[in-house]
Amino acid sequence: MAGLISVVADGIAYGMLLFLFSIGLSVTLGLMRFINLAHGAFAMCGGYIAVILLNQMGVPFLLTLPLAFLVTGVIGSFAERAVIRHLYRMPELQQVLFSIGLAFAASALATIIFGPQQQPMLLPDWLTGRIDLFGLEITGYRLFLIGSGCVAAVGLIALFNYTLFGARIRASVDNRRTAEGIGINVGRLFSLTFGFGAALAGLGGALAVGFLGLDPTFPFKYLVIVLMVVAIGGPGSIAGSFIAAISLGVIDALFKYFVPEVGSFVIYALLVVMMVFFPKGIAGRTA
Amino acid sequence: MSCAKILSPVMPRREFLLAVSAAMAIVSSGAVQAQERKLTVGVVLPLSGTFADQGQHYESGIKLYQKLHGTKVGDVTVETVVRDDQGPGSGDLSRRLTQELILRNKADIILGYSFTPNAMAAATLLTEAKKPAIIINAATSVITEKSPYFARVSFTLPQLAASLGTWAAKNNLKTAYTIVSDYAPGIDAETWFKKSFEAGGGKIVGEARTPISAMEYSPFLQRAMEAKPDLVFAFNPGGDVSVAFMKSAKERGLTKAGIKLLVTGDVVDDSMLPAIGDALDGVISALHYQVELDNPENAKFLKGYHEMYGADAMPSYRVVQAYDGMALIYKALQQTGGKTDADSLMAAIKGAKLDSPRGPIEIDPATRDIIENIYIRRGEQKNGKWSNVAFETLKAVKDPAK
Repeated sequence: MAGLISVVADGIAYGMLLFLFSIGLSVTLGLMRFINLAHGAFAMCGGYIAVILLNQMGVPFLLTLPLAFLVTGVIGSFAERAVIRHLYRMPELQQVLFSIGLAFAASALATIIFGPQQQPMLLPDWLTGRIDLFGLEITGYRLFLIGSGCVAAVGLIALFNYTLFGARIRASVDNRRTAEGIGINVGRLFSLTFGFGAALAGLGGALAVGFLGLDPTFPFKYLVIVLMVVAIGGPGSIAGSFIAAISLGVIDALFKYFVPEVGSFVIYALLVVMMVFFPKGIAGRTA
Repeated sequence: MSCAKILSPVMPRREFLLAVSAAMAIVSSGAVQAQERKLTVGVVLPLSGTFADQGQHYESGIKLYQKLHGTKVGDVTVETVVRDDQGPGSGDLSRRLTQELILRNKADIILGYSFTPNAMAAATLLTEAKKPAIIINAATSVITEKSPYFARVSFTLPQLAASLGTWAAKNNLKTAYTIVSDYAPGIDAETWFKKSFEAGGGKIVGEARTPISAMEYSPFLQRAMEAKPDLVFAFNPGGDVSVAFMKSAKERGLTKAGIKLLVTGDVVDDSMLPAIGDALDGVISALHYQVELDNPENAKFLKGYHEMYGADAMPSYRVVQAYDGMALIYKALQQTGGKTDADSLMAAIKGAKLDSPRGPIEIDPATRDIIENIYIRRGEQKNGKWSNVAFETLKAVKDPAK
């Protein structure tokens, strides 16, 4: 029984990682209706920043996270101002093609700068030990992921529902013309939101390296599962993404434990079922 | 008497000069061709995509060999033409590239094939075109049987898995749980570990097959630990997947629970050790090469490698495989005395013996597969760095599946 609980706990941690990874995409997709398949590229950017800071500059691990967040956010804002804002009005196909092209370009750039090999990430000792929590043994890093995920979820829900910034974004998404009419600078708001989404992706990437490794094909490897989380949870909904990500993590872990032969396939079957019966996701919010 | 007077009635001077220069050109070009002979090696490697780092290793091996041993064998210049097969897939691209190399670039011999499907797809083509091909990595046993022009210079999964199974049974480990990736090499590994372990009196208490690119091994490892085996045998395709597996095994406290972890050596490739870190502690693996090998060829190899790629660089076993592929070509050329046709080369390749950085190797004349030493290693800390340290050598191991 203890074994089962530890498997579920690990599944929750994996789910939290997926959540942290996908919030940025949920934000850009749901709130700005921009299909950003280059989301993985921003995550990779955050990952490489964290790795460079940690390995080559000796920055303590906890400090690399906010730095990865900020730098990726700045890069995202630049990208938004330079190229992406021209794509909002374009049809979805253009958005998809452009963002996927951006992801390929980012991957090639990473190969040139860092080389195609795995980047080692040496986590501090206090994170890699096993911790005994009420009789449940769990790795420090997984506990850290669960903690970060909860903090992020609470923080973002508060941000979008209880602050002026959040209200402005929701207003701009619901009706852009009227929002502009009452004086909201929607262009700048979207730029900030995109940058925020990119920053979240960067943070997710930095957190994921210790778990999933980092190499230039990172943007593509996890794109599918991130899209799954957003599709099942509903674009634009933080709570929806949270529930979807945790459920995917736990269901995946449980089925791999009980039925190893087909366990890995279950989450994809779940996706199909969800898309048939709940096409907008659990709590979809689109303009 | 002047030449003009002799020549002009029979042939005007201009035409004579033209004729002489034409004759000289023909004679001299013939002479030049006789001096400038070359062997074109068509190289097929994954240089882009997920496995680009493997392709880089093979290229390093080829470049290093030519730097240390020059580009000529006798009067034959060995030239390489490199093509990117982009990694494993259906093999279509690999087949097309092999065809291009043979037809357009006039390759005399092909070197490459990191992945089983790429080698298998080219097999019938090589037989039809009658061109030899040296496999530098693809590890499924049956490949060399698909064409009489294949020779393998790397290793086969059964070699590693069977060696581990025999070692485990000999060392009083009675029960085992296997976790392998669900594709051809993984199944090879599982089958041959099982055969040799059970032949030595061991019992398999559980088997699991994982998706090839799975990164979450927690549930599989938990299940394995609950079965309380003496050891867990694992195989995964290398790269980040293997790093994730090793880290997961450490997190779950597999070795702390008293269960030995046995893996095929490609899971703990020397070049991945910085990323794996202390998850390597006490892990037993079997492979044909590790950096910690003490022989003159390896010393020369490592010296050249560090000169070319930096004093801290750790060569992967893949570098050695490509290095030895070139060595085999050079040896074959020496033996044929410069003849570059397929049958002479194949005859020279079969039974060729080489001194490799990994020890003495031989190409089995009957199966054209590799015969080499397999080392059983343990993960230990040496000079502050985690390394695979060999404690047992199995000499001249043949592929048990043939």
